[in-house]
Amino acid sequence: MTATVEENTEAKPGAVPTFEVTLRIERYNPEVDDAPHFEDYRVTVHGTDRVLDALHQIKWDQDGSLSFRRSCAHGVCGSDAMRINGKNRLACKTLVKDVNPGKPITVEPIKGLPVEKDLIVDMEPFFQAYRDVMPFLVTTGNEPTRERLQSQEDRERFDDTTKCILCAACTTSCPVFWNDGQYFGPQAIVGAHRFIFDSRDDGAAQRLEILNDKEGVWRCRTTFNCTDACPRGIQVTKAIQEVKRALLTNKF
Amino acid sequence: MWSWVAHRISGVLIFLFLFAHVLDTALVRVSPDAYNSIMDTYKNPVVGLGETGLVAAVTFHALNGLRVVAVDFWSKGPRHQRQMFWAVVIGFVVLFAPFAIRHLSIVFSH
Repeated sequence: MTATVEENTEAKPGAVPTFEVTLRIERYNPEVDDAPHFEDYRVTVHGTDRVLDALHQIKWDQDGSLSFRRSCAHGVCGSDAMRINGKNRLACKTLVKDVNPGKPITVEPIKGLPVEKDLIVDMEPFFQAYRDVMPFLVTTGNEPTRERLQSQEDRERFDDTTKCILCAACTTSCPVFWNDGQYFGPQAIVGAHRFIFDSRDDGAAQRLEILNDKEGVWRCRTTFNCTDACPRGIQVTKAIQEVKRALLTNKF
Repeated sequence: MWSWVAHRISGVLIFLFLFAHVLDTALVRVSPDAYNSIMDTYKNPVVGLGETGLVAAVTFHALNGLRVVAVDFWSKGPRHQRQMFWAVVIGFVVLFAPFAIRHLSIVFSH
């Protein structure tokens, strides 16, 4: 009987093949464990499944204590950044078949932020750095009676950095941030860049002053890990270099 | 990231060499004979290999340094950093391979 059922699914046009894969997940429960450790889970996934689907399968069918963040599950909210096979990615944008499923896939929390449980880290230092660069429109003078108009070219100037979803993949891939938690980190500089180069904003001088700090843009060593990690394809290092040059030339 | 790691390591190696280099060159002020006798102790294959490593470190550090300058000051630098890294690798091989062949053949045949 079973064989017939299997034959039917295989014969069905457009059926997605399944395969077995091992996920090696870093587990840490602060109430029980002294240190994080790895645990292996075996799951059967479809060729179209993402790492997030595999994590769901583990949490829902095998081990309900597995903890991770995810909200929209479609690469927009930025909740499920994690270190998959040594690279920071969004679990909801990474297909299992693309991350070498022949070997166990390692899944770790993003580095450089305190781990709270399993794959959940304390994002507060990361958000604090973002708050520090004043990621909101700063204006002077009277309020206009209608919209603040902007030319197409002026909008293009900072288009790349508007794509940020605050997932922290860039900041937690930065070796400078790993060693120095005081560093603002790539994301905060991207957040500042979005307003510094906005023609409608008047707070650029203030933001540049904040980033001209010892722990500001000058900490960047152009490692390019952030650019490689960004799930939105933002040219993060380019943005940081533009902020550095704005500080040198005073042109922005 | 690995270009950055190699840049740091080669930088530290060059610094350590300069430290020894300043000391042994300063010896000539103490006594030229002492300087000469120290120089003679350097003429062995172990130091020969060290010299090869030194040239490798200096060559990579210099070429990658130019790449870092381009990333910092050329507006299209960050976009082309990967191509520039491969240019550094090619430049390194072109400069280092002939040196290594000639230097090591001298070191091990004399």
